[in-house]
Amino acid sequence: MVAKNKHNEIVKAESKDLNFFYADGTQALKNVSLPVYENKITALIGPSGCGKSTFLRCFNRMHDLYPGNRYDGEITLHPDNTNILDKKVDPIEVRMRISMVFQKPNPFPKSIYENVAYGLRVRGETNARVIDEKIEEALKGASLWEEVKDRLQDLAFNLSGGQQQRLCIARALATEPEIMLFDEPTSALDPIATVNIEELMSGLKDKLSILIVTHNMQQAARISDYTAYMYLGELVEHDKTDTIFTKPSKKETEDYITGKFG
Amino acid sequence: MSETTISPQLAKKFSRNLIERLIEFGLLCSAAFAVLITAAIVFVLVSEAIPFFQHVSLYDFFTDTVWTPNYSIKHYGILALVSGTLTTTFIALFVAIPLGTITAIYLSEFASHKVRETIKPILELLVGVPTVVFGYFALMMVTPLLQKIYPDLTTFNMLGPGIVMGIMIVPYIASVAEDSMRAVPMAMREGAYAMGATRFQTAVRVITPAAISGIVAAYILAISRAVGETMIVAIAAGQQPNFTFNPVESAATITSYIVSVALGDLEHGGIGYQSIFAAGLTLLLMTLSFNIVGHMARKKFAERY
Repeated sequence: MVAKNKHNEIVKAESKDLNFFYADGTQALKNVSLPVYENKITALIGPSGCGKSTFLRCFNRMHDLYPGNRYDGEITLHPDNTNILDKKVDPIEVRMRISMVFQKPNPFPKSIYENVAYGLRVRGETNARVIDEKIEEALKGASLWEEVKDRLQDLAFNLSGGQQQRLCIARALATEPEIMLFDEPTSALDPIATVNIEELMSGLKDKLSILIVTHNMQQAARISDYTAYMYLGELVEHDKTDTIFTKPSKKETEDYITGKFG
Repeated sequence: MSETTISPQLAKKFSRNLIERLIEFGLLCSAAFAVLITAAIVFVLVSEAIPFFQHVSLYDFFTDTVWTPNYSIKHYGILALVSGTLTTTFIALFVAIPLGTITAIYLSEFASHKVRETIKPILELLVGVPTVVFGYFALMMVTPLLQKIYPDLTTFNMLGPGIVMGIMIVPYIASVAEDSMRAVPMAMREGAYAMGATRFQTAVRVITPAAISGIVAAYILAISRAVGETMIVAIAAGQQPNFTFNPVESAATITSYIVSVALGDLEHGGIGYQSIFAAGLTLLLMTLSFNIVGHMARKKFAERY
């Protein structure tokens, strides 16, 4: 059965009573239940240390890289109802379906071409023609194609910061993920590069679902369809972005949005 | 302006400047010391090698393949020693580069914190083993073992000491390469894992290329170490200069020639005595050229994350 909300929007993934503990025992998430809707952008906002990045990183099991971290609760991925936090589920499978773009552009020490091809090669794709096509498609999807089509063999580090971040988006797009996670993708970029990335994200939601962490409230207001406000590891409020920014139901949310707090 | 007009503050400044200058001078002296010693070594090598080359032509030195400066029929073909040096070095690298690189990848990307903290000190212990011990290990253990596989192997050969030299170098490569791999930012690793890469794919396709500059530096260090190694080859490779690249034969390296002749009864200023310096100069030029190539390689692969 396809889960929908009152606006008739399809739930792509949802966390249910998610708790998360770091290796040192600190609890970073407390009973967070939050849906991510299909073809929508969901933004996570909140002051530093509120757990929004921790929450985002649960979706591709990034926390598995560090020993001692512990999840409790579940994140269900639809339509197949897979609990991606289940120990029996291979984190690599999860990451193949849910890709991620990081705060600081982190291209690999390879050519532009090989950066985008990486995910395809990891998945065992060897057909050069297929790889060529997918790379072009991904670079076009990330609005980078026109700028780099004549120098695909250049080292990725030669690109500007904004271009590098779009390359990372192309890299994540090439494997056709179902959900893309963005962890403050524009915080290391200048205003023009930021606008480019924001336009890009708005365009991408036709193809996939997006969950983004942002420090920038205007950014959340500009691009997202849904906004979740988190504080001290708890989800305070989650609603349509318009509602959150115009008439939030909770006092804490209003204080944060209006800058009285945070 | 007379001295008396200097305010106390300025005087203080003057004394501070003086101390600063003294410290700077002291630092410069210690830095210059290493440079001066190197220059002195080169000077001694060159000044003693000049009379040698007045007696022996450079052409003979680099084309003759027999090296017998202390025999009645004298030949001065350095190639007979260079071949031994290159062969043992190559065998050592053949062992040490794969083993050292794999160890580094394992320690940096796969081993848990506990395992790494156990293995690293043990590896570093291997560095502390005196090379004489390694030499006898090659002669008494490795060569007899190799003779079981290949019975025609002579007691003195280049294969055994080459392998042992490789084992000796493994910790150098592993340690330097591991350091440079660990220095790759976590963001790079997370990027690779987030693409659905396995640990192995991350280690080999992302971390290794990112750390290549440090890894190349480790190899260069290993080459210099192998070329300069003396005791192992002097003990286990035989000390007969022999122009051959065949690892199962016995041979002398440049270093083992120098040590064997320098220990003998040599007439100061004689041609045999001078030949040590010519051989030493050749060795210096060899390591120098390896280092230059290594430096260029490092620059080419300079790490940029």
